[in-house]
Amino acid sequence: MTGSSPSPPTTAETPTPQQREPVTTIFERSVAGRRAGTLPPVDVPERPIEELIPAKLLRDRPPELPEVSEPEIVRHYNRLSRRNFDLDTGPYPLGSCTMKHNPRLNERVAALPGHARLHPAQDPKRAQGALELMWRLERALAEICGLEHVSLQPSAGSHGELAGLLLTRAYHADRGEERHKVLTPDTAHGTNPASVTMAGYEVVKVATDERGGVDLDDLRSKVDDQVACLMLTNPNTLGLFDENIAEITRMVREAGGTLYYDGANLNAIMGHTRPGDMGFDIVHVNLHKSFSQPHGGGGPGAGPIAVSDRLEPYLPVPRLVRAESGDGAAPTFDLDHEWPKSIGRLRGFAGNFGVFVRSYAYIRSLGGDGLAEASETAVLNANYLLARLREGRAGKYLPVGFDRLCMHEFVLSGAPAKRELGVKTLDVAKRLLDFGYHPPTIYFPLLVDEALMFEPTETETREGLDGLADAVEEILAEAEGDPEIARNAPYTTPVRRLDEAEASRRPVLRQPL
Amino acid sequence: MLDAIGAGSVEELFAEIPAGLRLDRPLDLPPGLSETECFDHLAALAERNAHADAELCFIGAGMYDHYVPAIVDAITQRSEFLTPYTPYQPEVSQGGLQVMFEFQTAISELCALPVANASLYEGPSSVASAAYLAIGATGRRRLVVSRGLHPHSRETLRTYARGFGAEVVEVGLDGGLTDPGELESALDADTAALFVQNPNFLGAVEDLEALAAAAQEAGALTVAAVDPLTLGVLRPPGECGVQIAVGEGQSLGGRLDFGGPSFGFFCATEEHLRRMPGRIAGETADADGRRGFVLALQTREQHIRREKATHNICTSQALNALGGVIYLAWLGKPGVVELGELLAQRTAYARERLAALDGVELLHEAAVAREFAVRLEAPVSAVLDRVSEEGIAAGYRLGREYPEYEDGLLIALTERRSRADIDRLADALARAIAAENGAFQTHAVEKAPSAEVSA
Repeated sequence: MTGSSPSPPTTAETPTPQQREPVTTIFERSVAGRRAGTLPPVDVPERPIEELIPAKLLRDRPPELPEVSEPEIVRHYNRLSRRNFDLDTGPYPLGSCTMKHNPRLNERVAALPGHARLHPAQDPKRAQGALELMWRLERALAEICGLEHVSLQPSAGSHGELAGLLLTRAYHADRGEERHKVLTPDTAHGTNPASVTMAGYEVVKVATDERGGVDLDDLRSKVDDQVACLMLTNPNTLGLFDENIAEITRMVREAGGTLYYDGANLNAIMGHTRPGDMGFDIVHVNLHKSFSQPHGGGGPGAGPIAVSDRLEPYLPVPRLVRAESGDGAAPTFDLDHEWPKSIGRLRGFAGNFGVFVRSYAYIRSLGGDGLAEASETAVLNANYLLARLREGRAGKYLPVGFDRLCMHEFVLSGAPAKRELGVKTLDVAKRLLDFGYHPPTIYFPLLVDEALMFEPTETETREGLDGLADAVEEILAEAEGDPEIARNAPYTTPVRRLDEAEASRRPVLRQPL
Repeated sequence: MLDAIGAGSVEELFAEIPAGLRLDRPLDLPPGLSETECFDHLAALAERNAHADAELCFIGAGMYDHYVPAIVDAITQRSEFLTPYTPYQPEVSQGGLQVMFEFQTAISELCALPVANASLYEGPSSVASAAYLAIGATGRRRLVVSRGLHPHSRETLRTYARGFGAEVVEVGLDGGLTDPGELESALDADTAALFVQNPNFLGAVEDLEALAAAAQEAGALTVAAVDPLTLGVLRPPGECGVQIAVGEGQSLGGRLDFGGPSFGFFCATEEHLRRMPGRIAGETADADGRRGFVLALQTREQHIRREKATHNICTSQALNALGGVIYLAWLGKPGVVELGELLAQRTAYARERLAALDGVELLHEAAVAREFAVRLEAPVSAVLDRVSEEGIAAGYRLGREYPEYEDGLLIALTERRSRADIDRLADALARAIAAENGAFQTHAVEKAPSAEVSA
């Protein structure tokens, strides 16, 4: 446990070896004449390129790509990799991001040539294994979400949101209605309102009540025949399950709106309750959150959607279809492009298949019981960490925003720490880096002052959670003595606090060459 | 742990879920598998796919069977790149942020446009994202689209356009290229942007400069979807008066993966920087003056700007973009030109070789760089089936998306398809067409005039 280890440095007087490394880009390592890649020779009768393509359509001067040897490339990117903190190194309790372990089996099966080397335009007759895998994943997600119809096509949660809103638009248009408003709670992820605007709707914010749920009176005053949809995250971004969810979905449904469930927090409820049973029409599932696709430093992910019967006719094309064979042989699968009411395509081909392979392997590894247990452990871990952080200095300086049992994540407020110690949430987060922890999500959700949002996931052990709680306690103890320690942190990371404002004021967005 | 929480059981932690909403049965999913059973199950599914190691793949249509260098897998599989989140804490994300900065530099160089983002989902949705920018930048809501744009891009654009409240107008092709006459009448004072692709879906190399000039005349932007791997040879969009270049990044060291994950890229002229979608890394300094990188211009993004954001994207394709920049470093400045020329030479050879066959003629005679289209005087699906029995995926059937080319076949070349492979394809096609026409005696066999492929 951290408590028994020596504390990290409290000054930056002696730079670490990593801090002394010069920072050069791959372009700055370029030396004319060096190269890594080799190509096959031209083995066909060669003609001047101008005979093949008119000169005016040809490039005059090659792009300035780096000239580097293979060992140089490997060293460069290995060195860069060591300048990242990652989930395989230590706890990563980033709220709303579900940083759970990425099983390496999934990488292995995704790399099988039958998956990795399969062309997306291969004739479906000769890609039956891939289509069957997608079908099985669709069925599993339908069961987990309690909604029967699935499209795997969206590439991330935000893409799923846009899809759901375009489905909503198509649904109302088909009924001869034009509605303009989409309701989102003030606790919503930023992607929700951004998606609403992209789908051509107006955002109407719904307030949060003193229990941390949707304010029913405010909702009632805003639900009318202009409401196209309500987008909700449940458990919400405070980590709280909305006790009034049945009432909320009933109100919107009666007013004719659709109900969109942001599945970012699905990891809290798998096998315990289902969005479809709560009354939702559309759910997106972040395969890179609940279903173990590695986050990759910002993708790839996938955001499949599951929908109710009333929205099914509008799902994106191509749709995956299964045909039973009459003669007792195995069923066959195909991609069907002919759905007259479909909203159309959202992207090329049939989606991020490599992600589907990993998430399908994850679901099969755990089974239904295993998924339910993963959610139980995630909720247990979050409540345990919350209990630990209610003690001592954390309880005093970082009180919980809404004092209830949480689901898989919870939000603390650093307002007392800022007021009484002069240490902001940002400072606590930066000091955690010196202790070897990735900080929680900070300054979100917006309605909690100086918010810190912790999501430990089922991956962390009790010892890991104790270490994190001990580190927070020690940081606050340090701050009582000398707030400058946290204010100037971090000291041990590859670089220290960075000037983010300058990077936007005078943007340097590429290597000058 | 429950003692510390003050709960008697784990079930109590779920007490806030109303009883009527709790799932009172186990999920109806198969029981969990051991690692070895799970591997075997997935391997058995994979076995049933005809992949590009098991047959000779001439299919392109946006994704290509290029060689993926070993170092791409070796580096992208490192935990430090594979498992972090988006770099919200830059002090411990310098590796990922610098990769984004290098990626932006590489894309900017390839396209000859000054600002690039750090990736979008993939190709067609990047085209649609450019429409969102164009509408915002011009205040106009008409999108003029060449029929040479990938059908998936056109369909995606139409899907998004319903949300944007925009109209999509299509311009046809003439001789494989965007029809200049139709284009001129389609572009008007309400046009936000012209959308073209280079090389276009039929493989033809468009005159981007002329197309962009026509758009400019109407006060519209030009959005070009480009294949980055051809940009060692083809004139880059930034030198042709194009304001926004986007594209599919799979050809840069990406797996085929049955269509994804890959990455999309997006670059533009400076004036559009603050409307760009997605993450952008920028250079800055730390408290001690050391060089470092951060997410720049975040006030464009959804987590800050919410409903006023320039896009809704959060998770994009960082790991695939890393693969792209490693690939481009591996290829290097001379390699990107050599590879582009190799593709052009092999494509020219394959095109002539096939055009000389009975029952095959060129669909168009415009210049091509890495892919070309032919017409078959036999049912395309039947021919593809026959050729596949010889272990060859001969190409992409155009008929579903281009009913006017019901007899059309699109054939792609990569550095992995040698002259001997091309000869094998030609022989197999000749046999298949002859067999089809033998089977259907009424179908006249007619040889097209010997086509000399010219620039």
